[in-house]
Amino acid sequence: MAEHIPILRIGEHLLVSIQVDLHDQMALQLQDDLTAAIQRHSAHGVLIDISALEVVDSFIGRMISDISGMGRILGARTVVVGMRPAVAITLVELGLSLPGVETALTIERGMAQLRAEEP
Amino acid sequence: MMELSAISEILNTAAKRSAIQQEWLRQLAQAGSGAGTISKDDLAKQTDEFLELLGAALRSGSTDVDAPPFKPLREFLEDISRSRAQLQGFSSTETAIFIFSFKQPLFEQLRALHRADADGLTKDVWAATRLVDSLGMHTVKTFQLTREAIIRRQQEEMLELSTPVVKLWEGILALPMVGTLDSARAQVVMESLLNRIVETGSQIAILDITGVPTVDTLVAQHLLKTVTALRLMGAECIISGVRPQIAQTIVHLGVDLQGVTTKSNLADALALALKRAGYTVSH
Amino acid sequence: MDVVQAPLRSPNDIVLARQLVRRAAQEAGLSLVDQTKIVTAASELARNTVVYGLGGEMTVQLLQEETRKGVRLSFVDQGPGIADLELALTDGWTSGNGLGMGLSGARRLVNEFEIHSRVGEGTRVTITRWK
Repeated sequence: MAEHIPILRIGEHLLVSIQVDLHDQMALQLQDDLTAAIQRHSAHGVLIDISALEVVDSFIGRMISDISGMGRILGARTVVVGMRPAVAITLVELGLSLPGVETALTIERGMAQLRAEEP
Repeated sequence: MMELSAISEILNTAAKRSAIQQEWLRQLAQAGSGAGTISKDDLAKQTDEFLELLGAALRSGSTDVDAPPFKPLREFLEDISRSRAQLQGFSSTETAIFIFSFKQPLFEQLRALHRADADGLTKDVWAATRLVDSLGMHTVKTFQLTREAIIRRQQEEMLELSTPVVKLWEGILALPMVGTLDSARAQVVMESLLNRIVETGSQIAILDITGVPTVDTLVAQHLLKTVTALRLMGAECIISGVRPQIAQTIVHLGVDLQGVTTKSNLADALALALKRAGYTVSH
Repeated sequence: MDVVQAPLRSPNDIVLARQLVRRAAQEAGLSLVDQTKIVTAASELARNTVVYGLGGEMTVQLLQEETRKGVRLSFVDQGPGIADLELALTDGWTSGNGLGMGLSGARRLVNEFEIHSRVGEGTRVTITRWK
């Protein structure tokens, strides 16, 4: 049943846009696919666009943290983009602050952020 | 326990019910109820439905207005009460008038039914009074609750409109966190700031606590929540108005502002924000 | 919709549960933030039920009192139960499986929170969010 969320390659970076309410299985699949893609393309950065997500619970929160951690080990930065206000407020109340995860308001800004600190 | 069989019989006899409705509408017109806000047609429909629902409820044999057979009637009364509460011209008196004007026509039918039987008439008039009164009370109560809900909602809307998020520059918003940071208001204000960030695509939010007299645990926690939420969304945050005592308090409380820059005044914060946003400030 | 029951047997049921709760929250007229809070809380508790409770069910109830509307959710399972409730409700505590995080976090997202659990018998969590 696990569908694959498409991963776009933009130069040295990868872009993932999460459009649907994620089943747990899909989230785990995404984690696998992304880490494999980072390795395969020697990607320097990953943009995760969650502007369409209306709910981010601790499972998805952990997924994001894990992707960020694993990405870092593989030499890529992760930027989470477009978190909705209601989601941000809820995550804070839940006690999740996603430390160490970079964020940006939009994909454009996220991309600029990834490029800005490159040698 | 009320004996309502006579009333039930009256309401479920077409001719008698029609007579009641006519007289009821006449009474309502005389009382000047609605003063043109409700059309004659609508009043006719409402009295009609009332009689229909009451008749049905009584047909079931129930005599308790709080019981299930009376639910459709209660809901109908709640509806018309709510709609009257929302219209400008209506006071709770007029809503009550709708119900209580029903008594007279009902009594007349009971009088016709009992003719010389004074005892029977007294019993039924008493039962009718209690029935109509309890329905009337229910209506008035709903009216008042609706009015209170409207006032509450207006207050909330005012709170949101008066929220002090200020656009200092293109891409830079400021939020003077003034005076009362009571929990409900604080929530609304935080939501408002976050929404404005998205709406304006602003990169930086300056939280100005110059007007906050003391920073206690609650204030510090609220500050921290706002800072964290902003960070999660991808916006930057600068806190201005931080006096030395406040800096001390924050450290003592063990609050980790996660590397957010603080400035002692708004002007400095703005200068820093402009720099971060890529503008050069020339004198 | 007054009372609706939904099974929580597999991880897929968690997504369905979220959608059900979202609809109920909208019907109750909750603000967007409050909707998000209760849907997120439901997601946490539904997952607990599926993963740690070994399957169970969720009940969704629309509440209509005189002055307010709300949503009440119940999560019931006949799983192993929670040995130390106080510990499980502490901030940041995990049983090694992250159970603690779900409960204490979910509690902060709602107005009313009730939990009953017996080792070997199961767990019941009831949460309410008012408009």
